Amino acid sequence: MKNPIAYRIAEFLKNYHPFSELKFENIITVAQQCSVLYLEKNETLFKIHDVIHDAFYVVAAGAVGLSVTSDTDDVLIDKCDEGDIIGLRPFFAQDNYLMTAKAREESILYAIPISVFKPIAMENTEVLNFLLRSFASNTRNPLDKNHKGKLISENVIYSENANEIQYFQPINYSKSPVTASASDIVKYVAQTMSTRRIGSIIVHENQLPIGIVTDKDLRSKIATGIFSIDVSVDKIMSSPVITVQENLSIAEAQMIMLKNNVGHLCVTEDGTNQSKIIGIISEHDIVVAQANNPGVLLKQIRKAEKTSDLKLLREKLTDLIQNSLDKNIPLNHICSIVGEINNAIIKRCIELSIEKIGSAPPAKFAWVNIGSQGRKEQLLLTDQDNALVFEDVEDERYDEVKAYFLKLSDKVNVRLNKVGYEFCPADMMARNPLWCKSITDWCNQFKGWINTPGEKGILMCTIFFDYDFVYGEESLINQISDTIQKETENNDLFFAYLGADALKNPPPLGFFRQFLVESDGEHKDTFDIKARALVSLIDAARILSLQQGVYGNSNTAYRFNKLAEKEPQNASIYEACNDAFLELLKFRTDEGLKNNSNGRYLNLNELSKLDKVKLKNSFMPISDIQEVLKNRFQLTYFT
Amino acid sequence: MNWNWFKKIQKDAPQFWENYLASFSNSETIKNRYVVFDCETTGLNTKNDRILSIGAVSIVDNQIKVEDSFSMFLKQDIFKRESVPIHGILKEGIEEKYVEAEAIIRFLEFIKNATLVGHHASFDIEMVNQALKRLEVGKLKNQYMDTDIMYQKLKHYSSEEHTSLDELCDVFKIKKSDRHTASGDAFITALVFLKLKRKLEI
Repeated sequence: MKNPIAYRIAEFLKNYHPFSELKFENIITVAQQCSVLYLEKNETLFKIHDVIHDAFYVVAAGAVGLSVTSDTDDVLIDKCDEGDIIGLRPFFAQDNYLMTAKAREESILYAIPISVFKPIAMENTEVLNFLLRSFASNTRNPLDKNHKGKLISENVIYSENANEIQYFQPINYSKSPVTASASDIVKYVAQTMSTRRIGSIIVHENQLPIGIVTDKDLRSKIATGIFSIDVSVDKIMSSPVITVQENLSIAEAQMIMLKNNVGHLCVTEDGTNQSKIIGIISEHDIVVAQANNPGVLLKQIRKAEKTSDLKLLREKLTDLIQNSLDKNIPLNHICSIVGEINNAIIKRCIELSIEKIGSAPPAKFAWVNIGSQGRKEQLLLTDQDNALVFEDVEDERYDEVKAYFLKLSDKVNVRLNKVGYEFCPADMMARNPLWCKSITDWCNQFKGWINTPGEKGILMCTIFFDYDFVYGEESLINQISDTIQKETENNDLFFAYLGADALKNPPPLGFFRQFLVESDGEHKDTFDIKARALVSLIDAARILSLQQGVYGNSNTAYRFNKLAEKEPQNASIYEACNDAFLELLKFRTDEGLKNNSNGRYLNLNELSKLDKVKLKNSFMPISDIQEVLKNRFQLTYFT
Repeated sequence: MNWNWFKKIQKDAPQFWENYLASFSNSETIKNRYVVFDCETTGLNTKNDRILSIGAVSIVDNQIKVEDSFSMFLKQDIFKRESVPIHGILKEGIEEKYVEAEAIIRFLEFIKNATLVGHHASFDIEMVNQALKRLEVGKLKNQYMDTDIMYQKLKHYSSEEHTSLDELCDVFKIKKSDRHTASGDAFITALVFLKLKRKLEI
């Protein structure tokens, strides 16, 4: 007996992935065993944490919204229209749904039993790949280039986006909390807490929470002798306990704890203390949920024991950067956070390397980052530039001390390379004997650069003027700063050379205001945002800061801000440069994150019209600042 | 003659009818099962016209169970040229056709004690009852619901105001493909029924 209804459904399904990959007779088999559901507007198909159904769904008509619940609000993540698949989760995982699916309008759905579809899908690699890809890539239809949402239906795996949605992601907490009744003796309650390794226990009466005993109560009320250990637990419990509803977001939970100055929240059925206890949220749960939080990253870096751990943490940092950019956090904030974390990684590498060598450094030393790392502008994994300064030692010990630091630097450089910071192609790293020397040698080096600014010397030294202390004895770095300050003061020749160098970078726009792209080589027809735009601003900020005596922080944005304070007459130019610099850096970072590259070369064809306008606007201050340089340092002799 | 008559009573309660009746008292049959059905006929006269095809699908737990569906074409004694454009069933069509008796017996096996649902269901039920009469058994015992009457209830229309299936499709935004095939109409009616059922909170 033919089943015309199944034919009708199959005719619909065959237009959509992954069914379009199947033979029609297979689609018929699927259609024959499916069910048809009708959902009224706002009717729920499945709720977050619901036990998975034995079928997945295809929207036949209408639209179904996928949301995560935050507190009592639903936050819509994606909308599924005709032909979209919902709820593939049971296909791959046995855990409960991670989202709520609710009809946004009247909808008709086909429910396709997993048991029917699985054997067919398993036989067809195309279909299986499609399902795996949509499950893995978080896109509903991996073949659809313009996929609407970032997230696929119910196929979402949280980890990738954990940070992004932590503010509306429900918190995970212990669902079966250990409880005690009011008359239990403190001693036994404490024993239970020890054996169960928990820091708190909820005191209940008829399943209703009446108080909580935490480590703190035991410490402040028992250990101090105020109560003896054989009183009943209600004597020492903190009461009332703060109760909350289910589906609290991480951010909300944190707020409530801060507001009430408590470390634990009791989850009850209706959120009041007049309903059944269903769970407990501790501060620890929040920390765990915020695994990508910068503070947690720093903590983990400090505890890392292996280079491979640091590598993982550096990868997490990339997620953090991406998420921060998505959230439109100001770029200079991101830079300083990322700079701190980079420094923490380097510090940890140095510590681990010293441990490995097995003997303490024979003299005081300082590790400095130079170049983009020194300026704390390194959001992407670019190469490492660093140097090492050690204190002056007696001549007879010099070779031995230098040998130690070269050995240490080599270990650190190799470790950093393993973490993901490429070796500097120009070998500007501390393991190079040229950039690992005593403080006197360094001061002489800077004096040489500043007083005999041959062209080659200038090119070399510019990045050394962007240094940032990372580890060791900071006073050594201050000595270098003092030397630079003394030598550069009224040194017109030096500034003239430096200024000329700053103006040498190729211009970003041609005569007709078109972008000038690279004309040959590997990056032909792309726009070199570093050489044509960023470097001009960085160089200008550096030379002007040296002239104005802005030390202590080499960050370009910081420098422009300080310059604006020092020279109110040029403040508007410097502020414009600051904005332009951050905008350009953002372009570079976006490009780098998107293509997993150093972001230096932009493909103009991929930029939207708006982006191009933004980019061009960012070039405006470059010519202004170059005018400032020309006038100030009388560069006309050089150019 | 009495003897003959007695034998005839035996014949009057054949096995399929026994089974059908038994399904109403049998505890094993699924509760709350609805069967939405539609008949294509040679015309609108329940006495003289005949069933051309029956399509039906079941609804359990507010889900249309595609697997649990029924579709059958009947051999025709009466052929009416003028109704062909409506239902598109030719006298010598490609579909496998069954004699009326077999189709009706299978239909009873399918519906069992389910609540029958149809658009203007009383007409379709009467068509089936007429066929049952020709098999010399009783009438359908099932409870039934009519989507037209349900819509009247929803809109508080009077019992004189009738709405066609086409109009309901427009109201409920249901695609009208396969209209005027028994299965197609049954499926469309099932969708209409699901919506009405929800709205009326039955």
